Amino acid sequence: MILPWLILIPFIGGLLCWFVERFDKSMPRWIALSTMALLLGIGLWLWASGNYQLAPAPGAEADWAVQFKHVWIERFGINLHLALDGLSLLMIVLTGLLGVLSVLCSWKEIQRHVGFFHLNLMWILGGVVGVFLALDLFLFFFFWEMMLVPMYFLIALWGHSGEGKRSRINAATKFFIYTQASGLIMLVAILGLVFVNYHNTGVLTFDYELLLKADLAPGIEYLLMLGFFIAFAVKFPIVPLHSWLPDAHAQAPTAGSVDLAGILLKTAAYGMIRFALPLFPEASMDFAPIAMSLGLLGIFYGALLSFAQTDIKRLIAYSSVSHMGFVLIGIYSGSQLALQGAVVLMIAHGLSAAALFILSGQLYERLHTRDMREMGGLWSRLPWLPALSLFFAAASLGLPGTGNFIGEFVVLFGSFADSPWVVVIATFGLVLSSVYSLAMIHRAYFGPTKAEGVLDGLDAREVSMVLVLALLLVLLGIFPQQVFDTSHATMNGVHQWLDAALSPSVSAR
Amino acid sequence: MQSTQQYIIALLPLLITGATAIAVMLAIAWRRHYGLTFIVTSAGLTLALLSIVPALQVAPLDVTPMLRLDAFAYFYSALVLVATLACVTLAHAYLGEADSEGFPGNREELFLLLALSAAGGLVLVSTQHLAGLFIGLELLSVPVYGLVAYAFFNRRSLEAGVKYMVLSGAGSAFMLFGMALLYAESGSLGFAGIGASLAAQGSSLLVQAGIGMLLVGLGFKLSLAPFHLWTPDVYEGAPAPVAAFLATVSKVAVFAVLLRLYQLSPATSGGWLNDALTLIAIASILMGNLLALNQSNIKRLLGYSSIAHFGYLLVALIASKGLAVEAIGVYLVTYLLTTLGAFGVVSLMSSPYKGRDADALYEYRGLFWRRPYLTAVLTVMMLSLAGIPLTAGFIGKFYVIASGVQSQLWWLLGTLIIGSAVGLFYYLRVVVTLYLVEPGLHRHDAPSNWGQRAGGIMLLAISVLAFFLGVYPQPLLDLVQHAGLAVL
Repeated sequence: MILPWLILIPFIGGLLCWFVERFDKSMPRWIALSTMALLLGIGLWLWASGNYQLAPAPGAEADWAVQFKHVWIERFGINLHLALDGLSLLMIVLTGLLGVLSVLCSWKEIQRHVGFFHLNLMWILGGVVGVFLALDLFLFFFFWEMMLVPMYFLIALWGHSGEGKRSRINAATKFFIYTQASGLIMLVAILGLVFVNYHNTGVLTFDYELLLKADLAPGIEYLLMLGFFIAFAVKFPIVPLHSWLPDAHAQAPTAGSVDLAGILLKTAAYGMIRFALPLFPEASMDFAPIAMSLGLLGIFYGALLSFAQTDIKRLIAYSSVSHMGFVLIGIYSGSQLALQGAVVLMIAHGLSAAALFILSGQLYERLHTRDMREMGGLWSRLPWLPALSLFFAAASLGLPGTGNFIGEFVVLFGSFADSPWVVVIATFGLVLSSVYSLAMIHRAYFGPTKAEGVLDGLDAREVSMVLVLALLLVLLGIFPQQVFDTSHATMNGVHQWLDAALSPSVSAR
Repeated sequence: MQSTQQYIIALLPLLITGATAIAVMLAIAWRRHYGLTFIVTSAGLTLALLSIVPALQVAPLDVTPMLRLDAFAYFYSALVLVATLACVTLAHAYLGEADSEGFPGNREELFLLLALSAAGGLVLVSTQHLAGLFIGLELLSVPVYGLVAYAFFNRRSLEAGVKYMVLSGAGSAFMLFGMALLYAESGSLGFAGIGASLAAQGSSLLVQAGIGMLLVGLGFKLSLAPFHLWTPDVYEGAPAPVAAFLATVSKVAVFAVLLRLYQLSPATSGGWLNDALTLIAIASILMGNLLALNQSNIKRLLGYSSIAHFGYLLVALIASKGLAVEAIGVYLVTYLLTTLGAFGVVSLMSSPYKGRDADALYEYRGLFWRRPYLTAVLTVMMLSLAGIPLTAGFIGKFYVIASGVQSQLWWLLGTLIIGSAVGLFYYLRVVVTLYLVEPGLHRHDAPSNWGQRAGGIMLLAISVLAFFLGVYPQPLLDLVQHAGLAVL
């Protein structure tokens, strides 16, 4: 019964935030904070107590660390099927952590309609937790689409307007339309899969475990896989479909950016690992070279565009595109090591991107601009913040000792055996990432000062948020074994599916 | 041989609705009393709705060759009656309280016309005969001419009434001619008879022309592209509760008869007709959504969006097997709920009657910070129209896509996806407008006690239902499954 509560807690907490707003302005913040702390606490407790050697794997009945199943829509064989394994657990802990931080980082920033803001924030996180737990394809789609609406409101109502007056609404609409339209393509693919299975077996079901056994003709499998891939590619984001991301990030409030970069992008990677690869292993392996080339394209394109930005949040947004390119390569390389590296990189990127967005939000609160041409020389005017930024910029460029290094290194190391050329080219992406990361630091914090006077220092809340992230990133860089152990079983299962697809003689299905 | 008593029980919903119309007429003639008329109308319609329960015991039953009263007919009858009841309560709020400032003309006849039109809808959903189709359609449409022009002292309302009358008359004429051609060729007016005789002799040019003309007529009523031009003007001009009636009852009833015709006479399905319907569906989805993009009037916007929604429904109609009949039932229920909700908010915002409806989008700016619950209703409705999870609209859209996938209609599905993406843009525009704060704007608000009136309570119930069905649709699906169309 713990799993439905993981989803319900944010939803209920969000409603409470809205209701108590009329009594007291600051009460919603405390409720939201305790909701997220509760989520994080349950996540950590599950981590400590669960057995994460259990995960779905081909050829056997799927085992889960924790499972919940209840009939929902009988007509279509749709169940409320939630389950937890190592991968979902890691993602949920990340969600809880970033949830706490996104409440904290909007403590001062959001002053209008506090209750409604936190309602939206909580509902996004609830939807994300649902995505990470759902094992019924209908339920997965349900949460996948549901988290868009509060995110839309978050950007449209509390975002920063750039040049034009309506730009934040346009950014929010662009985000919504991109993800919703691609989501519908995924719905068509889901239904296609369900009806093919119905045709073969006479059982109408949306259940993941049953659909894993579906027998698909190669052409159909490829098409269905593409349907899933497009939806995930938009959220990932993979380069030709990425253009909503910089806009959404630039206009979103800090908490929105933190959630977007830290968690929402991870839902796409999670979806690929959980659904696209195991459901369509043969087609995915056929498609892998294309996916990896798209990953390479993303690495370089993201890095180059990142370098060219003047808006600090757009710079970080494009750097996300670049980092997620590595994750994509790791996912489609098919090697277990690379898959595990992708998971570490997802977490590390979640932490470092969140920290960079929080820092740029703090910068914005002081300078009221995100334009790096108007910054410069901040090192002498601000204590703490520039040094912390330097740390996270270094983490983002993959400095050894941080989680990002472990992630990128393991992805490249694991992929090398099967696709050496991709790895050789991708390695140059690391060079570019140090170029744009250091360029950001240089433009914003060094050089001549643009104005005189010392700015307000960071208060305890602001420093501690960032320090916690820094600590975790270092911890992940030095002791990544815990994460590797937790995700091992899941990745092993995925790896076996792909392996079976690669060796046609031994069919595990 | 069935006894007369059974026939009467089977016909009860229709009989009670007809009797309600007469009672309302007599009540008005006896003494003009606004509250009394409202009570008589709603009591009569509620009674008719309840009488469906005993009537279901004797179903299915053929009453004269014209009407076939089966579960399908009763399901859609219930929809028609519920929607009419909702419109009646909305109209009550809209026209204003009896003794206060409000609508300057006579108020009572609106209820009479609504009851009459509902009777037409009931005939339409249960007919299996071209003559019944025509009678039902005219009984449904003719009172609507009066309803649309009910605020006749308002130029736009009058214009809309005349426009609707002329175009609807033209549509009926087309349809009548089409029926004549079909009869000339097949010698039968029953749906099944036409199907059988045409299947035997194959379709000649005359039959094709007849079917084509029938389609034109129905296309007018359903405002499918390219016969949609009247829709935005009429929706804009008609008083808001009437627009709600037009968008729900008249469309649902006509679609039900189209579905029955399509299912019962196989000759009308297949071949070029399917291609024609496919083109119409694609055109409706694209035109409806694209034209809605730049609307700043919420009633026009809803008009265009209803064009698109009937395009989506055609996808299921074309699929015509497997899930299709069920999908249409579910989609129509969700469409009915959301459209009633959306027009309901417009009605309440404009009530009591203030000369013109509050239909410009800027009048809704920042509504959330003044009327949070009313805004929540409209938000749920807009998201439901856009088909976002947690609302009934999502289940409807899911069903339509499922039936499309099942029948492998890839082109239509592609159009549907593009249409939904375009549609999102304008639905979201409405939604975000509700939450924007713009100081110093003209404030056009619903009365602050809107939630305690009949219209408001009805609206809240509808939105709760729309939310509930989005989360737990199983009861609805069971209901629709039992209301399947038994193909003869």
